[in-house]
Amino acid sequence: MSTTIERSSQYKVIGKDVLRPDGVDKVTGRAVFADDVHLNGMLHAKVLRSPHAHAKIRSIDVSEALKMPGVRAVVTSEDFPPIPEGIVKEEGAAFFALASDKVLFRGHAVAAVAADSPHVADEALSKIKVEYEVLKAVLDPREAMEPGAPVLHEKLNPMSFGARLEQHSPNALQQITSMGDIEQGFREADVVVEREFTTKTVHQGYIEPQSCVVDTAPDGSVTIWSTCQGPFRHRDNTADLLQLPQNKVKVIPTEIGGGFGGKEVPYLEPMAAILSRKTGRPVKITMSRSDVFEGTGPACASYMRVKFGAKKTGELVAAHLYFCFEAGAFPGAPVGGAVGIGLGRYKIPNQLVEGFDVVVNKPRTQPYRAPGATQIHFATEGVVDELCEKIGMDPIEFRLKNVVQEGDRNVQGVPFLRIGGVEVLEAIKNSDHYKTPLEGPNRGRGVALGFWRNGGGMSSCSISVHPDGTVSIIEGSPDLSGTRTGIGMQAAETLGIPFEDVRITVVDTDSVGYTMGSWGSRTSFATGWAAIEAARDVNLKMVERASSIWSVPPEEVEVSDGTFYHRDDGSKKFTFKQLAARLNATGGPVVGSSVVDPTRGVGPAFAANVVDLEVDPETGKVTILRYTVAQDVGQALHPGMVEGQLEGGTVQGIGWALNEEYFFDNDGQMRNSSFLDYRMPVALDVPMIDTIIIEVPNPGHPYGVRGVGENNIITPPAAIAAAIHNAIGVRMTDLPMSPGYVLQALWQQNGH
Amino acid sequence: MAKVIVNAVVNGEPVEFFCEPRQSLLEVIRDVLLLTGTKEGCNDGNCGACNVILDGVLVDSCCVLGVEAQGKTVETIEGLAGTDGDLHPLQRTFLDLTGLQCGICTPGFIVSAKALLESNPNPSEHEIRLGLSGNLCRCTGYDKIVLAVQEAGKMLTEAKR
Ligand code: FES
Ligand code: FES
Repeated sequence: MSTTIERSSQYKVIGKDVLRPDGVDKVTGRAVFADDVHLNGMLHAKVLRSPHAHAKIRSIDVSEALKMPGVRAVVTSEDFPPIPEGIVKEEGAAFFALASDKVLFRGHAVAAVAADSPHVADEALSKIKVEYEVLKAVLDPREAMEPGAPVLHEKLNPMSFGARLEQHSPNALQQITSMGDIEQGFREADVVVEREFTTKTVHQGYIEPQSCVVDTAPDGSVTIWSTCQGPFRHRDNTADLLQLPQNKVKVIPTEIGGGFGGKEVPYLEPMAAILSRKTGRPVKITMSRSDVFEGTGPACASYMRVKFGAKKTGELVAAHLYFCFEAGAFPGAPVGGAVGIGLGRYKIPNQLVEGFDVVVNKPRTQPYRAPGATQIHFATEGVVDELCEKIGMDPIEFRLKNVVQEGDRNVQGVPFLRIGGVEVLEAIKNSDHYKTPLEGPNRGRGVALGFWRNGGGMSSCSISVHPDGTVSIIEGSPDLSGTRTGIGMQAAETLGIPFEDVRITVVDTDSVGYTMGSWGSRTSFATGWAAIEAARDVNLKMVERASSIWSVPPEEVEVSDGTFYHRDDGSKKFTFKQLAARLNATGGPVVGSSVVDPTRGVGPAFAANVVDLEVDPETGKVTILRYTVAQDVGQALHPGMVEGQLEGGTVQGIGWALNEEYFFDNDGQMRNSSFLDYRMPVALDVPMIDTIIIEVPNPGHPYGVRGVGENNIITPPAAIAAAIHNAIGVRMTDLPMSPGYVLQALWQQNGH
Repeated sequence: MAKVIVNAVVNGEPVEFFCEPRQSLLEVIRDVLLLTGTKEGCNDGNCGACNVILDGVLVDSCCVLGVEAQGKTVETIEGLAGTDGDLHPLQRTFLDLTGLQCGICTPGFIVSAKALLESNPNPSEHEIRLGLSGNLCRCTGYDKIVLAVQEAGKMLTEAKR
């Protein structure tokens, strides 16, 4: 809530809490989300899902369902062309084409029915007869790696979450990196801590279920309205699965009601396209909440073993991180990313990281805000906290001693540019929160440090200048949280015009160049950069126009802050508006455009937390008393929204730490697939979150921007575990730290 | 399924509509009356995205049948702003204090907060958190929502003076 920003603003637009352009629509109910799209003649479809975790499909009989009045069409995997090799398989996207020979998890989509109403479609599902031959399932990643475990796939694709992995065993891929000599490193250590940790499957918990409306025209072209993070990936996957040229699939991203990594892939669109083709009518599919829990991709569960060694003086000398991520039914847990950042925040000369991507008969997982990092930090920061205790060193001092700084090398050997690890730690150390002593029984304080690499990647943008001097910007990044505001601000800043003169719209895949999805904390950074480049293109073209109006060489015309002027002749001057007014009559309108792929400028970032909490020794319930998060955001584009990211990510992290988990029974059935039983934090569960925005400008970006969205979820479970230890003296090694688990830990400690 | 005629007053206007007895009020509002500002997050009473005010009482419209609206008044998010486009103080403060990110929960929160402020014009932070605990937001962490409701409460109280 209360916020400190340590900086001085050098910008006119950037750094101001401007009014978001989509705001009024969102507070009045006018904003159109996917399920709000109504087309004439639209049908409603529902999806039949596997009741088994692992089974062969012997036969599917849809005849009874088709006979029901109001039922218009049924789709099964047979309606899809044979699945092509290549990108679809590599991304594990094959299952969006419905299960064919086998079902691999409880909730795997098998068929879908389009009908006049959702109720009729629902009823028709019960009329579809599927004969299964139930196979033995494997639900635990460690068991799945054992010889003789049930095998899910004949072959695992080695491309996992953007990294190339090695085959380890029939159900597992692995990636191993090392540096130095860990044997030697551990021999040099004065103190060594080794522990095992586990975390459970959790869901992103976006409030808007997956939903789409798909209209297939008689010529076979497909138009998709969808709540998606990456319209171009939706387009490409759909085109691949239907074997259509990419220009015959258009994805119109609607407003999106949260995603956090869960809306990156097209669960529904390909099957809806076939239903629409079969019926000649638009088809809507909206998931129920239990569909969302059971049929989409939650974040992976994990098993981790961590061993750290340090000198008495506090220097880390060796680390071994071993982790298995439970990918679900297809490979693709965020192993590569976690290997990259798992130990990345500290200078550790000798290290070995072994990561495993293990398939089990559970829903295929998806990224969740800083994918993999929350699990890894829970384990590694837990071990760091214990090292601090054993050495007798203040946890912030310990981290200050070891944190990477400018010039230190990352695991790939590349030196870091300016980076804010020290700054976030100092900010926590100097915070009122940390300086205020915590008193009272069963109360404890914990700190933790989080590191995230952030993302770059391709984005496109164009800007049209209108005769009255206002501009329209189009870009391709679905706006999950306010990004179009920050992107528009960067364009306005570059053009030197007020933000009110900018109208910015997220457009469909036909209207703008390829843009990667809104994930990886890349949107404000990379699409923002695209907006800057498009604005520079506008400036360039307007400079040329001014030069031709004045009949002077373009080199003699300059632009700054929205004013075009002749280098030496003070009488030759246009404001942006004046020049815009002359464009149409002097050669036509100006449109600036850009395509960028600024992967090299990506600025990794740090967040640090301090939390106070109280444990109820009777019930094991943990109450958060006070929470402070400091995060390096490079340059806060819109401070209010940046605070919102810090607060929201922290509260998701608190939910992950204390409550949230999938309960699977022995058959792989999720037993808590509702918001009643999968309990996310409500307003009453959390206090105000104090935020400290640190701005260590990213030297790789024109305005110093670093990704903001993900870093904040990484540290809460680790910080809370440290605080619980501080409160009651037990080390919590499993998530969630729910009342039952805390109580059990207390009883064990008391010899019960 | 045979449809039933229902008469109700929605956002101040008398309306007559057909609905199947099994349709929820949420479905009727969204699919029959085409007022899509009211959202569905769970369809089982656990997220508050579908909140509307039915005869002065806050309800999860997914847990009420459409036919139950017979003879009653329904207030949805679309009814909050004035006819000339003037925003309700809650809409104003949610905007000004960044009380939303993705915005899917926002109509439910604003309607829920309106009901809260009508019964308690000057709630404490705790009372707001308690009063809004039927509404889930996954984006904001609630800080700014609580502040927006507090601020709107003040505006409304002052306007009455
Ligand atoms: S949709 Fe009604 S409470 Fe969630
Ligand atoms: S703003 Fe996204 S759920 Fe509340």
